[in-house]
Amino acid sequence: MTAVDESGTSEVLRREDALLRVDRVQKYFPVTGGGVLKRHVGDVKAVEKISFDIVPGETLGIVGESGCGKSTAGRTVMKLLDPTGGKIEFEGRDITHLSRKEMVPLRREMQMIFQDPYSSLNPRHTVGAIISAPFKVQGVKPARGVQAEVQDIMARVGLNPEHINRYPNEFSGGQRQRIGIARAIALRPKLIVCDEPVSALDVSIQAQVVNLLEDLQDEFQLAYIFIAHDLSVVRHISDRIAVMYLGRIMEIADSEKIYESPRHPYTHALTSAVPLPDPKAERARERILLEGDLPSPIDPPSGCVFRTRCPKAQQRCADEVPEVREFAPGHFGACHFPEEKHLIPVSVA
Amino acid sequence: MGAYIVRRVIAMILMLIAMSMIVFLLFAALPADPARLTCGQRCTPQVVEANRVRLGLDKPIYEQYATFVKGIFTGRTYGSGTASFDCAAPCLGYSFERGEEVTDLVATHFPITLQLVLGAFVFWIVVGVSVGIIAALRRGKWQDRLIMGLSLVGYSFPTFFIGLLFIFFIQIRWGLIGFDGYVPFVEDPTGWFTGLLLPWITLALVYAAFYARLTRNQMLETLGEDYIRTARSKGLPERTVIGKHGLRAGLTPIVTAAGLDLSLLLGGVVITEAVFNLPGLGRLSVDSVLQADLPVITATVLIAAGFVIVANLIVDILYAVIDPRVRLV
Amino acid sequence: MSVAAATEAFLDVRNLKVSFPTEDGVVSAVDGVDFSVRKGRTLAIVGESGSGKSVTAQAIMGLVNRKTASLSGEVFLDGEELVTARPEQVRSLRGKRMAMIFQDPLSSLHPFYSIGKQLVEAVRVHQDVSKDVALKQAREMLDRVGIPSPDRRLKDYPHNLSGGMRQRVMIAMALLNSPELLIADEPTTALDVTVQAQIIDLLRDLQKEFGTAIVLITHDLGVVADLADDVVVMYGGRIVERGAIDDIYYRPEMPYTLGLLGSVPRMSAGETSRLEPIPGQPPSLINLPKGCVFRPRCPYHELVPGNRCDDERPDLLAVTPDHAVRCHLEPGQRREIATERLGAYSGQANAPATTGTAGMEEK
Repeated sequence: MTAVDESGTSEVLRREDALLRVDRVQKYFPVTGGGVLKRHVGDVKAVEKISFDIVPGETLGIVGESGCGKSTAGRTVMKLLDPTGGKIEFEGRDITHLSRKEMVPLRREMQMIFQDPYSSLNPRHTVGAIISAPFKVQGVKPARGVQAEVQDIMARVGLNPEHINRYPNEFSGGQRQRIGIARAIALRPKLIVCDEPVSALDVSIQAQVVNLLEDLQDEFQLAYIFIAHDLSVVRHISDRIAVMYLGRIMEIADSEKIYESPRHPYTHALTSAVPLPDPKAERARERILLEGDLPSPIDPPSGCVFRTRCPKAQQRCADEVPEVREFAPGHFGACHFPEEKHLIPVSVA
Repeated sequence: MGAYIVRRVIAMILMLIAMSMIVFLLFAALPADPARLTCGQRCTPQVVEANRVRLGLDKPIYEQYATFVKGIFTGRTYGSGTASFDCAAPCLGYSFERGEEVTDLVATHFPITLQLVLGAFVFWIVVGVSVGIIAALRRGKWQDRLIMGLSLVGYSFPTFFIGLLFIFFIQIRWGLIGFDGYVPFVEDPTGWFTGLLLPWITLALVYAAFYARLTRNQMLETLGEDYIRTARSKGLPERTVIGKHGLRAGLTPIVTAAGLDLSLLLGGVVITEAVFNLPGLGRLSVDSVLQADLPVITATVLIAAGFVIVANLIVDILYAVIDPRVRLV
Repeated sequence: MSVAAATEAFLDVRNLKVSFPTEDGVVSAVDGVDFSVRKGRTLAIVGESGSGKSVTAQAIMGLVNRKTASLSGEVFLDGEELVTARPEQVRSLRGKRMAMIFQDPLSSLHPFYSIGKQLVEAVRVHQDVSKDVALKQAREMLDRVGIPSPDRRLKDYPHNLSGGMRQRVMIAMALLNSPELLIADEPTTALDVTVQAQIIDLLRDLQKEFGTAIVLITHDLGVVADLADDVVVMYGGRIVERGAIDDIYYRPEMPYTLGLLGSVPRMSAGETSRLEPIPGQPPSLINLPKGCVFRPRCPYHELVPGNRCDDERPDLLAVTPDHAVRCHLEPGQRREIATERLGAYSGQANAPATTGTAGMEEK
């Protein structure tokens, strides 16, 4: 039994002015295997009924560990992958079943930045070609000409406009990431999905790129879906955060609430596991250690999928899938035995 | 692992069947009239027609194919009545040109090719791989440059050129080896050896050059991997690091390449056999093409393709034995 | 100039230099590094890419190819000098008295051999025992590092295990011969945060049990805060600051260290304040400048009179007996800057006390 009315929309979707609404979206990948004939034996349930919304100018962070499905979720809501189930609405329009061709004009509004600055840029294209590609694809002819626009964008992201004819291998990792960002903002999209945009960068460069993303958000009123496994960075940049585990959203709330009063045991374990750059706080804190390993997404545990590692699991967790509930205004989660509301000490005065 | 092998074997059988059908159809689609080719100049249309019936060439194509396949397993009878003759299993056809069963022809020619290829194989693997390892270990030094330079020259030369060079210098000029050609081992072991020595080296040289380069590149790539660093950090002696950890990882592509090369050659080493006048499968193929001896051509093509398909299976299995990650596929 | 009393140190590195010739010039990967570690203590070497921290570790272990690189300086392992020692001698110590674990356990384990074979090999290279005895030791160690069903795991291949398991296997492999020094090169960078917490805990427990000296190489300031007793900050192949952990986090003085602390987002910050990254990029190690290697990115070089930061390489000078900094700024200036910036980072009005502490030398 869920709080979701199968014909209506998820409990979580509250905001009328949402730019993007994701309603119980699923993405399965078929599995062949076993035995001599490779038949369809099951599905990898990479994303299982996730729901969230984003309003313009907002950053939604999606955190989770490897195998939680956050990257797949990012690609599915952008329709880079076709959803197996659920509904996606962009600016009020149902885009779930649009074909690739029909999606083309929408690509102006939704863009993506990728993780690996070394493999996500075509090494045979100049920087100018990479950044001007969106203009060509969408048939946009700016008044000043494409080149002037491109150089403008390059300056905006902190690249030297004179390098417009250089190739990606002449740039450092951080600069290449800026090229990717430049390409993404070229046509002033409304939403950018950032898939681990800073994980592959050095610490000092990460900070530069994070600041850049924040500045661009202010200037162009961009909405971000920020997917990462580094909770500190996500906390810093996000307004709201969704915590994913094995393809499901365990908890979704405003950033401070996630860190100060997480209600789901997984969120609590995750936040307590992050080491803080603060030795006194580290010495003082109690860490919750999770046992075991991630279960298989082909054959997830019954009931609550987190129960195999949850320190609070009881019989009910195996029998019943927990429904999505509102723990506090705007703070949703799925757990039979949520943590008590309290403040987690994260700094020592 | 078992399931992997079974899957591969089934795929192989299906491929062999499909391949045999394609070959058969190909030859059936040729403009040449096989019945017409059964007799020479003095053929009258009646004789051609009689032969057509006798050989079953008037039957529909799928029936011919079925008879052919059946013949491989149980033998077949050509013609009927007094003019019939039996072709014992495995019957690969009958060559009217030569008046012999194809199977017999193959049986006499194949062993020569086999000896030629196996001998060259041993030579090129031993020399090519060891030289490649030396080049990898002495990267950038003179040994590396020399080996790579020579190997580049080595496989740029066509086999017939190398072969002719050998014949010219070693046999004609310096008279070191006689002109007896192929001598069966049972007759005269020494003669057998000297008769095959030059063909072995000729054939092997080109491949050795190629394998030297391949081995060198593979070893260099492997030696840069993280697990080599781990092996060293355990305190293993360098020869174990390279010989055990490096070699096993580096040689897998070489095993597969060797298997496939071997199988291609077993189907007939046309040029080397021609240069050295060895009556092997390659010669048989060429001669039968020149004589438009369709049954022989069909059979040699089938055999050559068969070798490659079977070799693919063996190589796939070997790879899975060496690299456990492959068994998941 | 070593931090701890040299007589007690198990590992003592003095003026270590490593350079490689490349097509573009000579790369000075490590440019005069000194530090020491005592048994049972953890030293963290912190730096970004190009700082020379990994090369330092490999030089200690004798994993640097002496035919291509040139090594100078001294490395004492329990009093025995390794740089001038015969390679055979160093090899006999590797995996026995000093061991190393690496960042990516998937690529660091041989893909073709089972876990059991690789562990047994690690035992038998240093102990003259039979395969069965070695296997037994391997099984016990797998159990000790928290791997369930060790018998089954011994037959598995690396790709059959999860990332966390693989790293535990690597740790087990390193500890099989009870080394007194463990060097961990980015051991948790490739792991999920919950797994990282488990591994950090494991290392701490093992250190308590075996009394191992640990050198932890990482760029993750959180992990350092969790595990390390002492810290050495490297930049451009040199040590730019070193001290006990509280010194580095609460009383840092080198602008680079401040910059690193400012680049890390804080979960503790009340209102998420803006990050203060270090401008520019990590240096190229070819043709290092003759002055301070951090000068191109330092926001404070103008506070130093003359062009000292351009012309003169600063020495590593002690602020307190345990805390040294390599910077031309006056100590007073440094402390002022630090107070201001640290106050901003933690979002707290009260910054840690830095003035008036006893035992500080005035330059």
